[in-house]
Amino acid sequence: MGAYSALLPRPASGVGVPPAALLATAAAGTLLAATALALYWVPADADQGFSQRIFYLHVPNALTAYACFAFGAWKAVRLLATGDERYDLECHTAVHVGVIYAVLTLATGSIWARVSWGVWWTWSENQLVLFLVVFLFYCAYFMLRYSVAPGPQRARLSAVYAVFGIVLIPVGFLAIRLSANFIHPVVFTAHGPQMAGSMFLVFCLSFAGLGGLAAALYRVELAGRRLDRRVRDLRSVR
Amino acid sequence: MTTAETYVTAAYLVFLGVVLLYVVINSAKVARLEAAVTRLEREDAE
Repeated sequence: MGAYSALLPRPASGVGVPPAALLATAAAGTLLAATALALYWVPADADQGFSQRIFYLHVPNALTAYACFAFGAWKAVRLLATGDERYDLECHTAVHVGVIYAVLTLATGSIWARVSWGVWWTWSENQLVLFLVVFLFYCAYFMLRYSVAPGPQRARLSAVYAVFGIVLIPVGFLAIRLSANFIHPVVFTAHGPQMAGSMFLVFCLSFAGLGGLAAALYRVELAGRRLDRRVRDLRSVR
Repeated sequence: MTTAETYVTAAYLVFLGVVLLYVVINSAKVARLEAAVTRLEREDAE
């Protein structure tokens, strides 16, 4: 992280945004605490037993992926509204971090499905298929991006695509709740979280840790992309 | 170790592995770019 510290993007205001190293340290500490509590403190689930502890990793990962995509869409809207190309890099970075979290969601979910349902994947579950659709949609974002020459047109096309993607998230949430036949558990309902207080506490801690880690990864990756642009600019003027 | 414990451990290790891989790839990329910037700036100054 030492090499990164000099690269941290400075916010326009210069105050109020913690640096990536601080975020990463806080996130690592929070995640370690959440993992220890998830594995050794919270009571075992009555239905699923020990395997339910994957929940504390899987669900916050999915929510963090959604948050990254939403953040990317917000940056895309800013780009379309202002035409400022720095939002293009920020949107691209947010979507990239979101895709990594989506990969983690699919991987941990698959492991959980194997131990709980006896299969790595099932096509009969709307929740799973819709999340896969969201994931593939954002993978296609990169295909679109790299198929167009760099410039304002690519930035605008990518931004419009990222804004459309955000529509898939509420569809995914609603579909599982409107579906009458599913085996995927629904923990958060209109009546609030359906779990014990200790479980919800560890869930929140894990979500905070993963959110902090996403923020740190975003800042580090954005710094790398800005550096990459600087290298290109230096080479172009030679 | 029970079957459930094995799968839970695997899930947490997969998470750790992916995050570490991401950090290693980004570290290598930033180090390469830093070296490129330093070299280009030095060549410009000469």
